Amino acid sequence: MEVELLEIQDFIRQYPPFDKLPEDALVEITQSIEISYFRAESTIIEVNAKINELYMVRSGIVEVYRRNGDLYNRLDQGKLFGQMGLLTSNKVRFPAKSLKDTLLYCMPEEIFHRFCDRYEAFADFVEVEDSTRLKQAVENNNNDANSLTTSKVKTLISRDVVIMPTHSTIQAVAQKMAEENISAALINDPELTDDQGNSFVGIVTEKDLCAKVIAAGLSVDTPVSEVMSTELISLDHNAYIFEAMLLMLRFNVHHLPILKNKQPIGLIEVGDIIRYESQNSLLFVSGIFQQQSPEDLALLSTQLKDCFIRMVNEDANSHMVGRAMSEIGRSFKQRLLELAELELGDPPIPYCFLALGSMARDEQLIVTDQDNAIILDNSYDEALHGEYFIKLSKFVCDGLAACGYSYCTGDIMATNPEWRKTQAQWEDCFADWIDDPNPQALLNCSIFFDLTGVYGRAKWAEQLNAFILRRAKKNNRFLACLARNALNRKPPLGFFKDFVMEKDGRHNNSINLKRRGTAPLADLIRIHALAIGSQSQNSFQRLEDIIEAGILPKSKGQDLLHAMELISLVRLRHQALDIEFDREPDNNIEPENMSDFERRNLKDAFLVLSSAQSFLKYRYNANML
Amino acid sequence: MSMPNFTNREILNWQAFLQMKSQLSKDSRLQNFYDRGTYHDETKLSDIEFVALDFETTGLDASKNSIISIGLVHFNLQRIFCRKAKSWYIDPQDNLKEDSIVIHGITHSDLNKAPDLLHVLEQLLDELAGKVVVVHYRLIERDFLDSNLRALFKEGIIFPMVDTMQIEADLQHKKRQGITNWFKPKPTQSIRLAKSRSRYNLPTYPPHDALTDAIATAELLQAQIKYHFSPETAIKKLWL
Repeated sequence: MEVELLEIQDFIRQYPPFDKLPEDALVEITQSIEISYFRAESTIIEVNAKINELYMVRSGIVEVYRRNGDLYNRLDQGKLFGQMGLLTSNKVRFPAKSLKDTLLYCMPEEIFHRFCDRYEAFADFVEVEDSTRLKQAVENNNNDANSLTTSKVKTLISRDVVIMPTHSTIQAVAQKMAEENISAALINDPELTDDQGNSFVGIVTEKDLCAKVIAAGLSVDTPVSEVMSTELISLDHNAYIFEAMLLMLRFNVHHLPILKNKQPIGLIEVGDIIRYESQNSLLFVSGIFQQQSPEDLALLSTQLKDCFIRMVNEDANSHMVGRAMSEIGRSFKQRLLELAELELGDPPIPYCFLALGSMARDEQLIVTDQDNAIILDNSYDEALHGEYFIKLSKFVCDGLAACGYSYCTGDIMATNPEWRKTQAQWEDCFADWIDDPNPQALLNCSIFFDLTGVYGRAKWAEQLNAFILRRAKKNNRFLACLARNALNRKPPLGFFKDFVMEKDGRHNNSINLKRRGTAPLADLIRIHALAIGSQSQNSFQRLEDIIEAGILPKSKGQDLLHAMELISLVRLRHQALDIEFDREPDNNIEPENMSDFERRNLKDAFLVLSSAQSFLKYRYNANML
Repeated sequence: MSMPNFTNREILNWQAFLQMKSQLSKDSRLQNFYDRGTYHDETKLSDIEFVALDFETTGLDASKNSIISIGLVHFNLQRIFCRKAKSWYIDPQDNLKEDSIVIHGITHSDLNKAPDLLHVLEQLLDELAGKVVVVHYRLIERDFLDSNLRALFKEGIIFPMVDTMQIEADLQHKKRQGITNWFKPKPTQSIRLAKSRSRYNLPTYPPHDALTDAIATAELLQAQIKYHFSPETAIKKLWL
């Protein structure tokens, strides 16, 4: 007799990888389940014990440990464990215990292996874990990150397609086109419906009306079938935009019907593609340099969000987005400085305008404040030159604020006289920070250790960086201070626990992915970079230098790369979502807006960060202060 | 014979009792059931094979109402075995009352396909024989099984049961001596079950499905034993 264990079946089908299984497989695995109850704080599986089941948490919380006793993962409802043991030696690799009263579904090894063989999605899910899974997640995202090649044509469809029957007069069709403000209409013949329900037979464009009707002196009462083009070039809605471009070029058409299940759902024009292209970040940058006033720049900056969204939707990786956004930010600064010099006259002495922090690291996203400073020529004389640079700084910082780069709350801006120093003063300042470090003093100036020249004597910024590196590399106490500060911001591992504790479905909590994720990661990467004297500024490039220098335990550098990429990706995807839903974009991520994919992988990424922080503490003796 | 006093734990040596019943019984099916016997009083909980059982009925009175569905699942202290789960829908002798249709969510068309009760009870006895039956609120299962067998086999049935609701009641009683009001007619079976389960942080299930309730009862007993007893506890402390 077929027994319906609906309650269990409906539970497991909500969670990956079971959500990808067909119905009969669900029935089969449900009937094989054994249920087991564990009180809080009891051992579920012990290390090296024999394991021949896959476990799924039905309710409660399970903690998985490393052999050394460190917490490795915390699993809530719907999560699996035990798969690594099943896939390797049938020995428990990570012991598990219940943190809360827990009900487990135990699934036999035999069915586990059978499903791995039979269902690719099942195998994919269970066979990759933590850092491997993270790597896979990141790579899937980057797979085809060739901008234009990754957006689908359906994203260009902005209005309904107009379809008229073949017997309509030319005038009726033209009137409809004028009414709808479109330049082409599709023509169908209901009597010629093919076996796929497809009945459209032609297209009429403005060009047809001009060439075949007006120029030929044809009566507007003629049926439209006389003038329509029947050589139909169309494209499926899942095709990529570049395919649409190729098709239009090859057949020299300016309109392309877009089909879904062979039915037309839209019509795209050459103009749609050009409009799309025009939001390209490169065009945006060249647009910046054409603006003639801070007001014009502020106006242009309102389009920055579209540009950002487009890059995110094109699945650009975070490095690409960060670089483009930083380039745009630098361009705003450069153009504002040009405009300032036009207004204030040529500078009395040479100077270098610096960008600090994320812009210097090429990691800027959409929500950012301005962090900048000025290096002055050593001949600087306050009485003679002071006023010029006060005005210049104010012009630039106010202009940036008007463009959406809000004033720095820590007052790290060129408008602050403290951050307008001569070359010699800057070297003294950094020497002081490095030679006589104390964590408190360094707390607010780590941002200065990411600096780049954006205008004027940019070479001075390079020289200053070289000076810093020489000085910092050998100074253990300085690195220890930085390391200690870098440990202040912990990844929100407990967040996921709190998250599952919420029973009523409302989640008022959120995490700040910058403060708890990318910033602590950038901090710890910077310390390793300073320790090895890396000249790179970008975190990804720094990490590559660090990996090459071999100071991290094996494969930890790769893990950090993937963690950084994943957290950044989630962060920018959520900013794009905020913008698309007309919310003020921020760095917060709310659990209810997280996909299961994101939640799982974020957790893995935070685990990587957490263990990297422990290593940092140990490597630089942060405790010894 | 007269019904034993179920609330008194001292009265029965169940093993001897079932042996006696086997000799007294006139029905071969019941003889077979009793012949499979049961555990010795002192058997450890860890050595026992349980079957959790739940009936959905058209009402609370076994003399007037009917069984409409039965769910059961075999389990032990460690595991509840979904592959050893069974459920049946039964065509009731009395007419389904409107209100119980609403409560149980079972419609006449479900029941028309159901096998008749006699056939189901024969299979049921076979599943239960030799095991310790676990229910939540034993009066329903005990009364309905007894009275339906009287009607169909011309002979009633009695065997030991573990009642997870009685265990909860005893625990509550122990906690607040003197306030023993649990034996009032309970509002509905499933609320009791859900409430008891929540004390052990067991998940909430939709009520009124016999098999789901049987699984829920099995989970509850596992939890009760983990909390309040031990695998070494003798079965005589729990069965009634």
